[in-house]
Amino acid sequence: MTDDANPERLLFASTTQSFLEKEASLSRLRELHAAGIPFEPDWWRRAAELGWTSLLVPEALGGGSVSGDGVADLALVAELIGKTVAPGPLHPVSTVLAGLVDAPENHEATIESLVSGEVVASWAVYEPGKPWAPLHPTVTATSTETGFRIDGVKDRVEAGAESAVFLVTAQADGAVRQFLVPADAPGTRVEPQRSIDMVKSYARIHFDGVEVDTSAAVGSAEQTPALIARQSQIAQVLQCAEVVGILDTVLDFTIQWGLDRHSFGRPLASYQALKHKYADLKIWFEACRATTNAAVAAVAARSPGADMAVSVAKSYVGEHGPGMLQDCVQLHGGIGVTWEHDLHLFLRRVTLYRSMFGTPEDHNLRVYDLTKELESAS
Amino acid sequence: MTETTSAPTQTESVDEFAARARAWLADNMPRIDPANPPEADRGEEAPWLRARELQKKLYDGGFAGICFPREYGGLGLPIAYQKAFDNASRGYELPMILNTPTFTICAATILDTGSEEQKRRHISGALRGDEVLVQLLSEPSGGSDLAGVITRADRVGDKWVINGAKTWSTSAFAADYGLMLARTDWDVPKHEGLTMFLVPINSPGITLRRIKQVNGSVEFCEEFFDNLELGDDAVVGGVNEGWHVASRQLYHERRAVGGGSEFASGIGAEGKTDMPIDYVDLLEKSGQADSERARGLAGRALVHRAVREQLIDHVYHGVLDGSLPPAAGSIIRVMHAEIHHLEFDTALAITGSSGVVDVDGDLIRYGERYLSRQTAALGGGTTEIAKNIIGERVLGFPREYAADRGVPFNQVKRNKS
Repeated sequence: MTDDANPERLLFASTTQSFLEKEASLSRLRELHAAGIPFEPDWWRRAAELGWTSLLVPEALGGGSVSGDGVADLALVAELIGKTVAPGPLHPVSTVLAGLVDAPENHEATIESLVSGEVVASWAVYEPGKPWAPLHPTVTATSTETGFRIDGVKDRVEAGAESAVFLVTAQADGAVRQFLVPADAPGTRVEPQRSIDMVKSYARIHFDGVEVDTSAAVGSAEQTPALIARQSQIAQVLQCAEVVGILDTVLDFTIQWGLDRHSFGRPLASYQALKHKYADLKIWFEACRATTNAAVAAVAARSPGADMAVSVAKSYVGEHGPGMLQDCVQLHGGIGVTWEHDLHLFLRRVTLYRSMFGTPEDHNLRVYDLTKELESAS
Repeated sequence: MTETTSAPTQTESVDEFAARARAWLADNMPRIDPANPPEADRGEEAPWLRARELQKKLYDGGFAGICFPREYGGLGLPIAYQKAFDNASRGYELPMILNTPTFTICAATILDTGSEEQKRRHISGALRGDEVLVQLLSEPSGGSDLAGVITRADRVGDKWVINGAKTWSTSAFAADYGLMLARTDWDVPKHEGLTMFLVPINSPGITLRRIKQVNGSVEFCEEFFDNLELGDDAVVGGVNEGWHVASRQLYHERRAVGGGSEFASGIGAEGKTDMPIDYVDLLEKSGQADSERARGLAGRALVHRAVREQLIDHVYHGVLDGSLPPAAGSIIRVMHAEIHHLEFDTALAITGSSGVVDVDGDLIRYGERYLSRQTAALGGGTTEIAKNIIGERVLGFPREYAADRGVPFNQVKRNKS
């Protein structure tokens, strides 16, 4: 993911890292949690000034990336965010931008406000009582004289209460479409939902006869499946990259603990049973990094194999991440299950991401189906 | 080398080399269906004769030993040329079974540690298809503790006299020479009294026996040495410097198992039994094409299989750019076993009773494969040893206690007989 040969990218990484260390430390995370604040809008505007929101956006639309590979740069930001499980709406904003920049007509102003960090948007794709199924919404968009009327309920919308606009998937005339709906449109009601993360907030959004103009549609009906695929890929690789950052940090301090902590006059790291557990963690970590890098590269290149690469990574990282964190808790002993120790901050985020945007079990089925399609195509 | 093909020049680009390779392959090598390669059971004689014949063709055509030095019969080119040849050769029958151990381990180690005469004779012999090389390392008395071997080489006059036994040598019955580790000094700690010998397999004094494995394979052999006589020219490296040579073998072996050796030529399965499991076919044959449970199991195995390939690439480049230490090759070694287990377990779960009773569709072969599942976690050093290596040489943890460290070997406790 990190191209060490590119000095501009190194500078971008170090600027982002020092911003995160100073302004999004683990103690800050605890403060925000105690105050019940998911993130501070001003903090997000400053993050946007560092370039986080412009990476997926072409220069013509007011964006740009340091290395010319915006997806890889964005994944790097996500990985660095993982190191301190920082707050902020990077995932929802990036996911919405991924759709908008591929169908920017009528949405230039929204893109600009998202890039500036003035506005937060989120993808309203999950529906109550239903698993991850982005191409099968039941929310409806009925044609009206001037546009569409949106009816139905979405939930698990990240930063739903903090978003000014939602990108809503809906059934419209027998096809799946997406619409930009302002959070203050009459008929829209937002109910916060808590998550197991310290700061990540979600919401259930009711749309009761919400009227939008024709121009609220994002892309054509034909285009929509590809937009949804792209948005899904971005959401999923960002999760994987952030988990890699989390695992990197947690493994580092757990390895150090193994060397420092002594029992029976020996460091923990000298016991073979524990050494082998550590070896497993190292193997799985490198595998998580390898598969995430491969997925990021495939998404960046818009490769035909991107769906497969992302599902492989999402399944593997989702299957191993939470268990690896629990192993690290075990290696720490009793201190690992206390509120005081930082391990749970990381465990929370990794567990959240395991289950959002498709569980490993969902992605295993997807990988099987894609394999079958490939075989019958050849 | 025949006169029909010009030798490559240093100035030939990778693309030019690949174009020349494609043309030559089309004219000279037999085509195969990569999805259905010919059987290449390493326990049979015929595949070895076939491999020698194909290797001779490669040599005569000027495409053997792409990364071996020119003075020993190779082409002396960088790995990019080998990769280009690998891509060009997909769909052709190649002597895949010569890659490991002949080229990737034995010839590579002789290149690192052999005498000039040994390099000239054996590397070029192997590249010409005249010599198959094997490793004679493990012994019946113990596997993981390689430096604890008790096969002895005693100095008698100007000869070395070998007595003892070796085991788990891959396809030694088909080989010409073996790299054999023996103890030449019993009064020093174990690593310091070892010497590596290059042994002609068909010598008087060697009795060779096949080992039959659980799956019926007879590719592995056991060798008994009774007063086998060798000259000084058989010593590889120096006398009592055999551990250095063996370490190079282990190093090359770890790279080869992960698919990271520049000395391997060609890609793809060795033969039918080496083909990856086709889960779509397996679900259809077992009547579960619509079972979400079965598709989920198969999907998980496919995920892990894909990650293994990504990990090999990641570790190879990590070692190359220094972000991972060379010992990280053991990461690939453990992953290899994990995936192997998962695939065999998955196939057993999917085939159900038709994997254990021969009903139809030959699904019982998955049950039979399962019986030798642990080979992947044992061969080339056990998973447990590999995890020690990762703990100690990748993570920098304290080394395991060893009761024989620094102790003269003749005072070290050995197996109760």
